[in-house]
Amino acid sequence: MQWESWSAFWHMGGRAWYVWGSYAVCFALIALEVAQLMRARRTLWQKLRRLAMLENTDTLPPPPDASGAA
Amino acid sequence: MNEHRSPAPQDTPQLTGWRRFASPALCYRLAGHFIRPCTKLAIVLTLAGLYLGFFVAPTDAVQGEVYRIIFIHVPTAWMSMFIYLIMAFWAVVGLVMKTRVSFMLMRALAPTGAIFCFLALWTGALWGRPTWGSYWVWDARLTSQLLLMFLYLGFIALTHSIEDLRRADFAGAILALVGALNVPVIYFSVKWWSTLHQGASVSLSKAPSMATTMLVAMLLVALAAWAYTIAVSMVRLRHIILMRERRSTWVRALLDAQEQKETA
Repeated sequence: MQWESWSAFWHMGGRAWYVWGSYAVCFALIALEVAQLMRARRTLWQKLRRLAMLENTDTLPPPPDASGAA
Repeated sequence: MNEHRSPAPQDTPQLTGWRRFASPALCYRLAGHFIRPCTKLAIVLTLAGLYLGFFVAPTDAVQGEVYRIIFIHVPTAWMSMFIYLIMAFWAVVGLVMKTRVSFMLMRALAPTGAIFCFLALWTGALWGRPTWGSYWVWDARLTSQLLLMFLYLGFIALTHSIEDLRRADFAGAILALVGALNVPVIYFSVKWWSTLHQGASVSLSKAPSMATTMLVAMLLVALAAWAYTIAVSMVRLRHIILMRERRSTWVRALLDAQEQKETA
Protein backbone atom coordinates (compact mmCIF):
# COMPACT_ATOMS: atom_id res chain seq x y z
CA MET A 1 0.00 0.00 0.00
CA GLN A 2 1.32 3.40 -1.00
CA TRP A 3 -0.57 5.63 1.40
CA GLU A 4 -0.27 6.29 5.12
CA SER A 5 -3.87 7.40 5.39
CA TRP A 6 -6.90 8.20 3.25
CA SER A 7 -6.28 11.89 3.72
CA ALA A 8 -2.79 11.42 2.29
CA PHE A 9 -4.40 9.61 -0.63
CA TRP A 10 -6.83 12.44 -1.33
CA HIS A 11 -4.08 15.01 -0.84
CA MET A 12 -1.97 13.40 -3.65
CA GLY A 13 1.23 15.04 -2.45
CA GLY A 14 -0.29 18.50 -2.90
CA ARG A 15 -1.37 17.82 -6.48
CA ALA A 16 -4.98 16.92 -5.68
CA TRP A 17 -6.55 19.44 -8.12
CA TYR A 18 -4.49 18.15 -11.05
CA VAL A 19 -4.92 14.44 -10.37
CA TRP A 20 -8.54 14.45 -9.23
CA GLY A 21 -9.47 17.14 -11.73
CA SER A 22 -8.31 14.79 -14.49
CA TYR A 23 -10.11 11.74 -13.19
CA ALA A 24 -13.31 13.59 -12.25
CA VAL A 25 -13.76 15.03 -15.75
CA CYS A 26 -13.01 11.65 -17.34
CA PHE A 27 -15.64 9.85 -15.33
CA ALA A 28 -18.12 12.71 -15.69
CA LEU A 29 -17.86 12.69 -19.48
CA ILE A 30 -18.12 8.90 -19.66
CA ALA A 31 -21.19 9.00 -17.39
CA LEU A 32 -22.69 11.68 -19.64
CA GLU A 33 -22.11 9.61 -22.76
CA VAL A 34 -23.68 6.52 -21.19
CA ALA A 35 -26.65 8.54 -19.90
CA GLN A 36 -27.14 10.13 -23.31
CA LEU A 37 -27.12 6.72 -25.02
CA MET A 38 -29.63 5.31 -22.54
CA ARG A 39 -31.93 8.28 -23.08
CA ALA A 40 -31.52 7.96 -26.83
CA ARG A 41 -32.55 4.31 -26.66
CA ARG A 42 -35.75 5.17 -24.84
CA THR A 43 -36.75 7.92 -27.26
CA LEU A 44 -35.67 5.99 -30.35
CA TRP A 45 -38.54 3.49 -30.16
CA GLN A 46 -41.11 6.26 -29.77
CA LYS A 47 -39.58 8.11 -32.68
CA LEU A 48 -39.59 4.97 -34.84
CA ARG A 49 -43.23 4.31 -34.02
CA ARG A 50 -44.20 7.87 -34.92
CA LEU A 51 -42.24 7.69 -38.17
CA ALA A 52 -43.80 4.32 -39.00
CA MET A 53 -47.26 5.84 -38.73
CA LEU A 54 -46.28 8.89 -40.79
CA GLU A 55 -44.53 6.91 -43.47
CA ASN A 56 -47.27 4.31 -43.75
CA THR A 57 -49.62 6.97 -45.03
CA ASP A 58 -47.11 8.16 -47.58
CA THR A 59 -47.87 7.51 -51.21
CA LEU A 60 -44.17 7.53 -52.01
CA PRO A 61 -42.62 4.24 -53.13
CA PRO A 62 -40.23 2.65 -50.63
CA PRO A 63 -36.65 3.80 -50.98
CA PRO A 64 -34.41 1.53 -53.04
CA ASP A 65 -31.97 0.97 -50.17
CA ALA A 66 -34.03 -1.23 -47.87
CA SER A 67 -31.74 -4.22 -48.06
CA GLY A 68 -32.04 -4.95 -44.36
CA ALA A 69 -34.79 -7.48 -44.84
CA ALA A 70 -33.68 -10.65 -43.14
CA MET B 1 -34.75 -11.89 -74.94
CA ASN B 2 -34.51 -12.06 -71.25
CA GLU B 3 -34.83 -8.34 -70.64
CA HIS B 4 -38.49 -8.59 -69.74
CA ARG B 5 -37.92 -10.94 -66.89
CA SER B 6 -38.61 -9.29 -63.59
CA PRO B 7 -35.38 -8.26 -61.98
CA ALA B 8 -34.34 -9.75 -58.66
CA PRO B 9 -36.08 -7.88 -55.87
CA GLN B 10 -33.85 -4.99 -54.92
CA ASP B 11 -34.51 -5.16 -51.22
CA THR B 12 -33.03 -8.63 -50.70
CA PRO B 13 -29.60 -8.80 -52.29
CA GLN B 14 -28.11 -12.26 -51.92
CA LEU B 15 -25.12 -11.81 -49.67
CA THR B 16 -22.86 -14.80 -49.44
CA GLY B 17 -19.78 -15.70 -47.41
CA TRP B 18 -18.27 -12.92 -45.32
CA ARG B 19 -20.22 -10.37 -47.34
CA ARG B 20 -23.35 -11.19 -45.39
CA PHE B 21 -21.82 -9.19 -42.52
CA ALA B 22 -22.69 -6.16 -44.62
CA SER B 23 -26.35 -6.87 -43.89
CA PRO B 24 -27.70 -4.32 -41.40
CA ALA B 25 -30.05 -6.91 -39.88
CA LEU B 26 -27.19 -9.29 -39.12
CA CYS B 27 -24.97 -6.46 -37.87
CA TYR B 28 -27.75 -5.30 -35.57
CA ARG B 29 -27.93 -8.73 -33.97
CA LEU B 30 -24.14 -9.21 -33.84
CA ALA B 31 -23.57 -5.79 -32.29
CA GLY B 32 -26.01 -6.71 -29.56
CA HIS B 33 -23.79 -9.58 -28.43
CA PHE B 34 -20.83 -7.28 -27.75
CA ILE B 35 -22.50 -4.72 -25.52
CA ARG B 36 -22.84 -6.53 -22.20
CA PRO B 37 -19.51 -8.42 -22.17
CA CYS B 38 -17.58 -5.34 -23.24
CA THR B 39 -19.27 -3.17 -20.61
CA LYS B 40 -18.40 -5.66 -17.89
CA LEU B 41 -14.86 -5.99 -19.19
CA ALA B 42 -14.43 -2.21 -19.24
CA ILE B 43 -15.55 -1.90 -15.61
CA VAL B 44 -13.35 -4.74 -14.35
CA LEU B 45 -10.28 -3.56 -16.29
CA THR B 46 -10.72 0.05 -15.12
CA LEU B 47 -11.00 -1.03 -11.49
CA ALA B 48 -7.98 -3.33 -11.77
CA GLY B 49 -5.88 -0.74 -13.61
CA LEU B 50 -6.70 2.11 -11.27
CA TYR B 51 -6.18 -0.09 -8.21
CA LEU B 52 -2.70 -0.94 -9.48
CA GLY B 53 -2.05 2.64 -10.47
CA PHE B 54 -3.11 4.25 -7.22
CA PHE B 55 -2.37 1.66 -4.57
CA VAL B 56 0.48 -0.49 -5.89
CA ALA B 57 2.53 1.70 -8.24
CA PRO B 58 5.14 3.69 -6.34
CA THR B 59 5.52 7.47 -6.24
CA ASP B 60 7.52 8.77 -9.19
CA ALA B 61 11.03 9.84 -8.19
CA VAL B 62 10.97 12.99 -10.33
CA GLN B 63 7.32 14.03 -10.59
CA GLY B 64 5.90 12.84 -7.29
CA GLU B 65 2.21 11.90 -7.25
CA VAL B 66 1.05 14.00 -10.17
CA TYR B 67 2.39 11.43 -12.63
CA ARG B 68 -0.64 9.26 -11.74
CA ILE B 69 -2.51 11.22 -14.40
CA ILE B 70 -0.65 8.98 -16.86
CA PHE B 71 -3.06 6.10 -16.18
CA ILE B 72 -5.85 8.06 -17.80
CA HIS B 73 -3.91 10.44 -20.06
CA VAL B 74 -2.11 7.87 -22.21
CA PRO B 75 -5.11 5.53 -22.70
CA THR B 76 -7.41 8.40 -23.71
CA ALA B 77 -4.77 9.84 -26.06
CA TRP B 78 -4.12 6.44 -27.66
CA MET B 79 -7.83 5.77 -28.03
CA SER B 80 -8.48 9.17 -29.64
CA MET B 81 -5.91 8.31 -32.32
CA PHE B 82 -7.04 4.68 -32.76
CA ILE B 83 -10.68 5.66 -33.17
CA TYR B 84 -9.88 8.14 -35.92
CA LEU B 85 -7.85 5.50 -37.75
CA ILE B 86 -10.68 2.98 -37.38
CA MET B 87 -13.11 5.57 -38.77
CA ALA B 88 -10.77 6.05 -41.73
CA PHE B 89 -10.63 2.25 -42.16
CA TRP B 90 -14.43 2.00 -42.31
CA ALA B 91 -14.47 4.97 -44.67
CA VAL B 92 -12.20 3.05 -47.08
CA VAL B 93 -14.28 -0.13 -46.74
CA GLY B 94 -17.46 1.84 -47.36
CA LEU B 95 -16.08 3.67 -50.38
CA VAL B 96 -14.60 0.54 -51.97
CA MET B 97 -17.22 -2.09 -51.10
CA LYS B 98 -20.24 0.25 -51.13
CA THR B 99 -21.42 -1.27 -47.86
CA ARG B 100 -23.69 1.05 -45.90
CA VAL B 101 -22.96 -0.55 -42.55
CA SER B 102 -19.31 0.56 -42.88
CA PHE B 103 -20.40 4.20 -42.92
CA MET B 104 -22.74 3.59 -40.01
CA LEU B 105 -19.81 2.15 -38.01
CA MET B 106 -17.70 5.14 -38.99
CA ARG B 107 -20.34 7.52 -37.70
CA ALA B 108 -21.03 5.48 -34.56
CA LEU B 109 -17.41 5.89 -33.46
CA ALA B 110 -17.02 9.65 -33.86
CA PRO B 111 -18.63 10.94 -30.62
CA THR B 112 -16.60 8.54 -28.47
CA GLY B 113 -13.44 9.55 -30.30
CA ALA B 114 -14.21 13.21 -29.69
CA ILE B 115 -14.71 12.53 -25.98
CA PHE B 116 -11.40 10.68 -25.69
CA CYS B 117 -9.65 13.42 -27.63
CA PHE B 118 -11.01 16.08 -25.30
CA LEU B 119 -10.02 14.01 -22.27
CA ALA B 120 -6.47 13.61 -23.59
CA LEU B 121 -6.21 17.39 -23.96
CA TRP B 122 -7.81 18.06 -20.58
CA THR B 123 -5.70 15.59 -18.59
CA GLY B 124 -2.64 16.78 -20.51
CA ALA B 125 -3.35 20.39 -19.53
CA LEU B 126 -3.74 19.43 -15.90
CA TRP B 127 -0.50 17.48 -16.07
CA GLY B 128 1.34 20.24 -17.92
CA ARG B 129 0.61 22.93 -15.34
CA PRO B 130 2.57 21.37 -12.44
CA THR B 131 5.32 19.86 -14.59
CA TRP B 132 5.90 22.50 -17.30
CA GLY B 133 4.39 25.47 -15.52
CA SER B 134 1.64 26.00 -18.11
CA TYR B 135 -1.73 24.48 -18.94
CA TRP B 136 -1.13 24.96 -22.62
CA VAL B 137 1.82 25.52 -24.93
CA TRP B 138 1.77 25.67 -28.73
CA ASP B 139 3.91 22.59 -28.97
CA ALA B 140 3.81 20.21 -31.95
CA ARG B 141 2.22 17.34 -30.00
CA LEU B 142 -0.40 19.51 -28.33
CA THR B 143 -1.23 21.44 -31.47
CA SER B 144 -1.67 18.34 -33.63
CA GLN B 145 -3.85 16.78 -30.92
CA LEU B 146 -5.95 19.95 -30.87
CA LEU B 147 -6.28 19.62 -34.65
CA LEU B 148 -7.59 16.07 -34.09
CA MET B 149 -10.23 17.52 -31.75
CA PHE B 150 -11.34 19.90 -34.51
CA LEU B 151 -11.35 17.03 -37.02
CA TYR B 152 -13.71 15.06 -34.77
CA LEU B 153 -15.97 18.06 -34.24
CA GLY B 154 -15.83 18.86 -37.95
CA PHE B 155 -16.73 15.27 -38.83
CA ILE B 156 -19.73 15.29 -36.50
CA ALA B 157 -20.91 18.72 -37.69
CA LEU B 158 -20.44 17.83 -41.35
CA THR B 159 -22.24 14.47 -41.23
CA HIS B 160 -25.12 15.96 -39.23
CA SER B 161 -25.53 19.01 -41.44
CA ILE B 162 -26.10 17.11 -44.70
CA GLU B 163 -29.67 15.88 -44.97
CA ASP B 164 -29.09 13.28 -47.68
CA LEU B 165 -27.58 10.25 -45.92
CA ARG B 166 -25.59 9.04 -48.88
CA ARG B 167 -23.95 12.42 -49.39
CA ALA B 168 -23.42 12.86 -45.66
CA ASP B 169 -21.68 9.48 -45.46
CA PHE B 170 -19.53 10.28 -48.46
CA ALA B 171 -18.49 13.69 -47.13
CA GLY B 172 -17.75 12.17 -43.71
CA ALA B 173 -15.68 9.39 -45.30
CA ILE B 174 -13.57 11.91 -47.20
CA LEU B 175 -12.97 13.95 -44.04
CA ALA B 176 -12.10 10.78 -42.10
CA LEU B 177 -9.59 9.79 -44.77
CA VAL B 178 -7.93 13.16 -45.15
CA GLY B 179 -7.91 13.77 -41.41
CA ALA B 180 -6.26 10.41 -40.76
CA LEU B 181 -3.05 11.93 -42.14
CA ASN B 182 -2.90 13.94 -38.92
CA VAL B 183 -2.67 10.82 -36.73
CA PRO B 184 0.92 9.87 -37.66
CA VAL B 185 1.81 13.54 -37.28
CA ILE B 186 0.54 13.42 -33.68
CA TYR B 187 2.32 10.18 -32.97
CA PHE B 188 5.70 11.15 -34.41
CA SER B 189 5.52 14.84 -33.46
CA VAL B 190 7.70 14.21 -30.41
CA LYS B 191 10.39 12.76 -32.68
CA TRP B 192 10.15 15.14 -35.64
CA TRP B 193 10.19 18.38 -33.69
CA SER B 194 11.81 19.30 -30.43
CA THR B 195 8.88 19.52 -28.10
CA LEU B 196 8.14 19.98 -24.43
CA HIS B 197 6.10 16.79 -24.52
CA GLN B 198 8.13 13.75 -23.60
CA GLY B 199 8.74 10.95 -26.07
CA ALA B 200 6.79 7.72 -26.12
CA SER B 201 7.03 5.80 -22.86
CA VAL B 202 5.99 2.66 -24.65
CA SER B 203 6.95 1.67 -28.17
CA LEU B 204 7.28 -1.50 -30.17
CA SER B 205 10.96 -1.00 -30.95
CA LYS B 206 12.42 -0.58 -27.48
CA ALA B 207 11.85 -1.61 -23.89
CA PRO B 208 9.38 0.66 -22.09
CA SER B 209 10.91 3.39 -19.97
CA MET B 210 8.54 2.81 -17.07
CA ALA B 211 8.32 0.70 -13.95
CA THR B 212 6.45 -2.55 -14.60
CA THR B 213 3.53 -1.86 -12.24
CA MET B 214 3.01 1.57 -13.81
CA LEU B 215 3.11 0.04 -17.28
CA VAL B 216 0.69 -2.77 -16.42
CA ALA B 217 -1.72 -0.32 -14.79
CA MET B 218 -1.65 1.91 -17.86
CA LEU B 219 -2.16 -0.99 -20.26
CA LEU B 220 -5.12 -2.29 -18.22
CA VAL B 221 -6.82 1.10 -18.47
CA ALA B 222 -5.96 1.20 -22.19
CA LEU B 223 -7.70 -2.17 -22.66
CA ALA B 224 -10.65 -0.86 -20.65
CA ALA B 225 -10.84 2.08 -23.06
CA TRP B 226 -11.00 -0.38 -25.97
CA ALA B 227 -13.78 -2.40 -24.32
CA TYR B 228 -15.68 0.79 -23.49
CA THR B 229 -15.33 2.06 -27.05
CA ILE B 230 -16.65 -1.20 -28.48
CA ALA B 231 -19.60 -1.21 -26.08
CA VAL B 232 -20.78 2.36 -26.68
CA SER B 233 -20.12 2.33 -30.42
CA MET B 234 -22.12 -0.89 -30.77
CA VAL B 235 -25.03 0.71 -28.92
CA ARG B 236 -24.80 3.73 -31.19
CA LEU B 237 -24.47 1.52 -34.27
CA ARG B 238 -27.69 -0.28 -33.34
CA HIS B 239 -29.49 3.05 -33.01
CA ILE B 240 -28.23 4.19 -36.41
CA ILE B 241 -29.20 0.88 -38.04
CA LEU B 242 -32.72 0.97 -36.58
CA MET B 243 -33.22 4.57 -37.71
CA ARG B 244 -31.95 3.99 -41.23
CA GLU B 245 -33.60 0.60 -41.74
CA ARG B 246 -36.92 1.64 -40.22
CA ARG B 247 -38.82 0.92 -43.42
CA SER B 248 -37.58 -2.66 -43.64
CA THR B 249 -39.75 -5.54 -42.55
CA TRP B 250 -37.42 -6.73 -39.79
CA VAL B 251 -37.41 -3.36 -38.01
CA ARG B 252 -41.19 -3.14 -38.40
CA ALA B 253 -41.44 -6.59 -36.82
CA LEU B 254 -39.19 -5.52 -33.94
CA LEU B 255 -41.33 -2.44 -33.47
CA ASP B 256 -44.51 -4.52 -33.31
CA ALA B 257 -42.93 -6.92 -30.83
CA GLN B 258 -41.85 -3.98 -28.67
CA GLU B 259 -45.36 -2.54 -28.75
CA GLN B 260 -46.95 -5.84 -27.76
CA LYS B 261 -44.52 -6.15 -24.85
CA GLU B 262 -45.50 -2.69 -23.63
CA THR B 263 -49.25 -3.20 -23.90
CA ALA B 264 -49.10 -6.64 -22.30
